This record gives sequence, C-alpha cells and structure tokens, in this order.
Amino acid sequence: MSDMSVPKTPRIWQLAERRYRLIGSKCLKCGRVFVGSRKVCPQCGSRELEDVELSRKGKIYSYTVIRASPMEREKYGPYIMAIVELDDGCKLTTEIVDCSPEEIDIGTEVEATFRKIGEESKSGVIYYACKFRPVAKGV
Amino acid sequence: MNFKGDIPAIYGWGSYIPVYRIKLDEIARVWGEEPARVKSGLQVEEISVKGRDEDQVVIAVNAAWTALKRAPEVSPKDIGAVYVGSESKPYAVKPTATIVAAAVGAPVTIRAADYEFACKAGTEALISVMAQVVSGMIRYGLAIGADTSQSWPGDVLEYTAGAGGSAYIIGSKSSTSVAYFESQYSVATDTPDFWRRDEVKYPRHMGRFTGEPAYFKHIMLAANELMSREGLKPSDFDYFVPHQPNGTFPVRVALRLGFKPEQVKPGLISPWVGNFYSGSSLTGLSRVLDKAKPGQRILLVSFGSGAGADAFSLVTQEAIEGKKGLAPTVDDYISRKKYVDYSTYLKFWDKIYGV
Ligand SMILES: [Zn+2]
Repeated sequence: MSDMSVPKTPRIWQLAERRYRLIGSKCLKCGRVFVGSRKVCPQCGSRELEDVELSRKGKIYSYTVIRASPMEREKYGPYIMAIVELDDGCKLTTEIVDCSPEEIDIGTEVEATFRKIGEESKSGVIYYACKFRPVAKGV
Repeated sequence: MNFKGDIPAIYGWGSYIPVYRIKLDEIARVWGEEPARVKSGLQVEEISVKGRDEDQVVIAVNAAWTALKRAPEVSPKDIGAVYVGSESKPYAVKPTATIVAAAVGAPVTIRAADYEFACKAGTEALISVMAQVVSGMIRYGLAIGADTSQSWPGDVLEYTAGAGGSAYIIGSKSSTSVAYFESQYSVATDTPDFWRRDEVKYPRHMGRFTGEPAYFKHIMLAANELMSREGLKPSDFDYFVPHQPNGTFPVRVALRLGFKPEQVKPGLISPWVGNFYSGSSLTGLSRVLDKAKPGQRILLVSFGSGAGADAFSLVTQEAIEGKKGLAPTVDDYISRKKYVDYSTYLKFWDKIYGV
C-alpha cells in the first residue's frame, strides 16, 4: 500500500536545489555567511541578505561515528557525521564519505561531493545533496 | 569537415570515478575461476565500484562539476541543453538530466533529456548538444556519459562492469575552446548482441558473439567511414580512443584499423577501472585531453550494443594547456582508491536480497 501513498515530496522540492548547490545566505551589511535561508542576520540584525553558493571546501570541526544507524539506514552501516567549518566561515552538519574514521581527525581538509542521501522508499523519490570527503592530492 | 557553419568545440571536460575498487582476483576467487587466466584474457586488473551512496546521477553531477571547473568562462546560466547518456538510470522514468541541470545551476529555460543506446548513449548526447550549438539554438550545452555498469553476479560481465563517467561543455569554436570537432560519422544496424529487457535488473548478452559482428564490425565501419570521407589515415591521428569493454578489445581494434599501440594506450582506462558503459569512451577521451598538446588530432569511436558506433575527429587547441590544471585528472581519480572485498561489493550494489 505504501507504494500508492501520496509522496511527501513538496518540501523536498523546495529545498532540493539549495542542497544540491550548497546555497546559503550572506548578510550584505556585515558580510557574514550562513547555512540555509535567512530573513534576518543573527549577527547584526540586518534584513538585507542574499543567496550565495557556500564554499565547497572546509575543515572538520568535530565528528562522531554513528554505529547504531537509524531505521531507514540500518543496512548502511557505521558512518561518520561531522560539523564542517567551510572556508567562508560557516559551519554545517554533514556526512563524511570515502574514508574510514581512522583516516580523519579534527582539522582534516574536506570538500563537497554530490551524493544520494536517501529515498522515500524503493519505489519513491530519491534524495540527493552535498556530503563531504577528505581532499586528496589532485582530486 | 562535415560541419557547414559554426564549428562545435569542447570548452570544459571532466570525469568522476568512485573511490572503491574490487580486484579481479577477488571476483575470480568467489566463482572458482583461475585469476591469472581471467585477467590475461580481459587485460583488466581491477574495476571501480559505486559506493553505497553513489548511483548514475551522482556520477553525472560530479563529472559535470569537474567539467565546469575547466570552463570558468562559461556561466551555468548560458547552458541551453543538458543531455545525459546512460543504461543505469536510478529512475526508469524521470530524467537524470534535470537533476544535473539543477545541480550545476543551469537556468530553467533549457532542454534536458536522457539518452539510451547501450554504451554509446553518451556520445549520442554529445552529438545532440553539438548539433544545437552549431545550429545556433543554444550557446553552450552539457553532454554526459555516466553509468554504474550492471552485471549478473557470476556473469563474465561482472569482471569488467565498472562505475564512472565524463562530462563535456560544448560551444562554438573560439580562442578559449580546448578542442574542436572536425567531423562526425555514425553507423547503426539491428544487432541483438547485448540487451536488458524492461523490469529485468541486469543485462544479457550473446557471449562471444558480442566481439566480431558487434564491437569490431561497428567500430571499424564508423572509423573507416570517417577516415575515407575526410581523406584521413591512422597516421594522421595522434590518439585513437575506442569504446573499452575490457583491456583487449580496444588494442585489437586499433591494430586492425592500422593504428599503433602507442596511439591507443594514452586513452585506455579499462585495465584499472573497467567498462563505464556510456561513460567509457568519453572517459578515455577525458584522459587523452588531460595529456594532449595543442594541435593534436584525436579519433574517438564509441560503440553501443544493439548496435552502432559514433566516430569523431577532434583537434586540440592552444587553450587546452591553461585548463588542464583547473580540475582533477582521470589519473587523479584512478589513483585514488580503496579496495573492497566481494561481500562489501554486493552490499554497496544492494545485491544481497532479503536483508
Ligand atoms: Zn549582518
């Protein structure tokens, strides 16, 4: 029956392109950059903000290994979730991929990579977004 | 030259290959085959494997991002068409091309579609973009060939089915394009050498029949058609890049056409990452562009089962030197790797049912 249910997609549509391209907000008054869409600058109170593409490079600020995966990810296995400080100063929570926990540390340089983040069901809509992976020579 | 007005040209090129690899020794161990015999027959050491969060869309988008890094003068807002060739789309119905267009920041006023012609769907996408550019319908277009190549567990295809792809930003030839197309010829016949029926997960093929009357016949027909119509011979080319279902076929078809091993080797990727299906010959071309010097001539010939081949003659330009360093090369991606065993490979592919 779940295959016939009305998909919960409208919210995903609204956010999809922002997630694909890592779009945030920049305060035109104080210059601070924020993850996500903001109407008021939490730093200086200005209402003049514009959408900007956030930096696709940064450093691991903090991280943890999720070993007891949530239900929809139970086959996904242990994975790394981190707070990444982007080169433009803002911080976001993201998954770190293409490496094992032993290969990273606080301060490890990472870069954005486009990945699948989930799906509604086997017959449902697939969700994509940026995750991060360690920067390797050249790549 | 079979273009009458504007000349189609490449502005940016880029590839993406997942980080995971499986050695052919490991696959052979599982199926009780003799690894040395399998590897010497196919001339493939290891293949790339999609990660648990990677699919054909992921490969297409990351390749497009890499290509755009090499075309800083092209604004995504000037892209008028996004075409993606593949045989492993995660959606049977819903274009990958629209996801790519959103992910690169293309405007909503674009043409977007997915192409299917087995392993030559990527070059069909490229031809469509080239045609729209030179006809003046669009200023720039994005053409992609990408696959997470599918195979039945235990089938001979499993030893070569890799994952990866490449993207090309196409516009009319100018001083900032990196290579222009001299000519393009294609062939197609009704040949059932390899297919996948609707709702079936993995493709089937005619085994040995896929070599002579399919791969060799069509690639040689298309290559010879281009060379005879344009008055070119193998020695006029610096590089020959054919489709790469394994490591032996590309070299054999090169020798039969009259090319030397050193003309085909720079574009070979299959020995280290396997067959990218729609992304195969386009990633071979990407590797050649990573190394080519200005003024060199390249013959690219894709092959798609079903069957057909697309042949392209290209000449590199001065601007190629300044763009090579703007993004990671194919060899950067090939050398970045982590090995997985067969059971992890099955898990990443979701081939373990009932769990
Ligand atoms: Zn502010």
